[in-house]
Amino acid sequence: MTHPPETTEARAAAPLATAPASAGSGDGGTDNGADKTRGGWRGRRSYRGTVAPYGFLTPTFVLLLVLMVTPITMVIGYSFVDRVIINPNSEFVGFENYAQVLGDPVFFKAVSNTAIFAGASVIAHFVLGMGFALMLNSPMIGNRLKAVYRAIYILPWLFTVAIVAVLWRMLLSPNGIVNFFVTELGFAEEQIAWLSDPSLALPAITFINIWAGYPFFMVSLLAGLQGISSELYEAARLDRAGPVKQFFNVTLPQLKPIIISMALLDFIWTTQQFALIWMTTGGGPIDATEMVSTYTYKLAFSTYDFAVASASAVIIFLLSMTLAFFYVRHQKSRD
Amino acid sequence: MTATKTSLSAPTQLEVPTRAHVIRARKRKKIALIAALTVGALFPALPVVWMLSSSFKPNGLIFEYPPRLITEGFSFDAYVAILTDPEKLRFFFNSYFIAGSVTVLTLFVAVLAAYAFSRYDFKGKRIINVVVISVQAVPPITLLIPYFGLVVVLGLYNTYPGLILTYMVFTLPYAIIMMTGYFNTLPRELDEAVKVDGGSPWTALWRVLVPISVPGMVSVGVYTFMIAWNEYLFALTLTRTNDMRTVPIGIQLLMGQHAYDWNQMMAMSVLGCIPVLILFLFFQRYFIGGMTAGAVKA
Repeated sequence: MTHPPETTEARAAAPLATAPASAGSGDGGTDNGADKTRGGWRGRRSYRGTVAPYGFLTPTFVLLLVLMVTPITMVIGYSFVDRVIINPNSEFVGFENYAQVLGDPVFFKAVSNTAIFAGASVIAHFVLGMGFALMLNSPMIGNRLKAVYRAIYILPWLFTVAIVAVLWRMLLSPNGIVNFFVTELGFAEEQIAWLSDPSLALPAITFINIWAGYPFFMVSLLAGLQGISSELYEAARLDRAGPVKQFFNVTLPQLKPIIISMALLDFIWTTQQFALIWMTTGGGPIDATEMVSTYTYKLAFSTYDFAVASASAVIIFLLSMTLAFFYVRHQKSRD
Repeated sequence: MTATKTSLSAPTQLEVPTRAHVIRARKRKKIALIAALTVGALFPALPVVWMLSSSFKPNGLIFEYPPRLITEGFSFDAYVAILTDPEKLRFFFNSYFIAGSVTVLTLFVAVLAAYAFSRYDFKGKRIINVVVISVQAVPPITLLIPYFGLVVVLGLYNTYPGLILTYMVFTLPYAIIMMTGYFNTLPRELDEAVKVDGGSPWTALWRVLVPISVPGMVSVGVYTFMIAWNEYLFALTLTRTNDMRTVPIGIQLLMGQHAYDWNQMMAMSVLGCIPVLILFLFFQRYFIGGMTAGAVKA
């Protein structure tokens, strides 16, 4: 089999994209991965009844036990005592810390902000990622040109969150370039304080997060698109399906598992976003952009109320695990 | 919407004009696509262009009105200021050293675990697998409060191993899942052949599976590197002195220190992403080689 340049190009992009694309699944991201899975390890005998696998897993066990299980146990312990860490003689107070968190309207504001922030981000990531991936996957343009565009579209992904935060603080500053265009083009009379106006701050940081995060989605979908057999499209064309029909009847169903995994993972990760918010608005103005992460961080490291912060941390943990449950179930159903 | 009649000769042959139409329609579509791609590219590119432009400006002209791409005071001063400051260079060194170590160690540990998941059946496999998948969803903020005390007790506060091991907790689950998936695509005959030759599973893993898994390992590695490179929350909490801090914290320090040296912040941002960009472009090429090599059937 000789591959025309087009195929090489497709292959070049695929493994890079494999990373996000196939979280937890067996597909190697390339077309030849799929058929190997079928005839591969499954259904053949494995090395059974040895201790070897446990040996291979020991480093993972140790690391997760010491740095994951232990701190989770500790934080649960903290959440049930009073004035933990600060006072060496802290005493058991039952669910008092939880009552304090759940009785705080700011906490609910933080939960709702987080949900809006994450929900809007995931939807926009998907729409942009899909649109760009479809364009970048078109056979109509040459490989060189494609590589250039791909590099440009991936750009935001290459910046660390801290960089994204300072960059957008500059762009969205009252004297910044965004306001220049907004006022020059007549959308606004005067300069807009994007990040310090209580009604604009949340949309603004959501926008920043959309800008920073869509390439992850795009790259995964691009890999997924390249994995779709061209026979499916040919069959669709024989049925006289136009591009729109092909998209809804072939592309979307084929990408569905990737889309669901990505959306769940993206949602989980976006709800945990801390650095971007901390470095742009710090949760403010007042509590307009307070997220569950900044809320907990402030409780712990600004007011040193570690016990209540732990209760909040445990609540967040439980919420995340609920989301994880759906993610795991989805991944299992793919196997 | 047919663009009626072409002046092409041979009216008897229907084929010719249709083909011309098709070619022309295709060309129009191609131009439309390139136009759309270019307009779309403004979204990621414009902020980056402005970052570059600002990094060459004197700080006083960052917010000049009206804004210009290149101002009179165009200079490399901001870059010189960053690159001649040993403290800032240290931030870069720390970031790369930590992210590099996390990548190598994560790959090593993940390959071992993935081998167990891919090639063995053992008691508790399902449960362990579920744990590894769900660990990805544990919020960092949940771990942060006890972590501080834990890291102090372990003697890892304000040290490289403290940050490296912490980051591995977040990079490992994903790497294991990905590598297991990758190994699953490799035929078992490969290991069997090693066994027939009297080799151990250990030999099969390192002599056969790992070498042909390089493309997969590279993509997992790049991804791992990015996570470690991006980390902010723990870098902020688990370090005390500036000589242990990383680029994200360094950029933030620049925000407080003197009243906002925007040009220096932008220069540091540009410098901070250049190595990642090179890494990315380099490995993008590498993938081509890796994939064609991997495509050769065993």
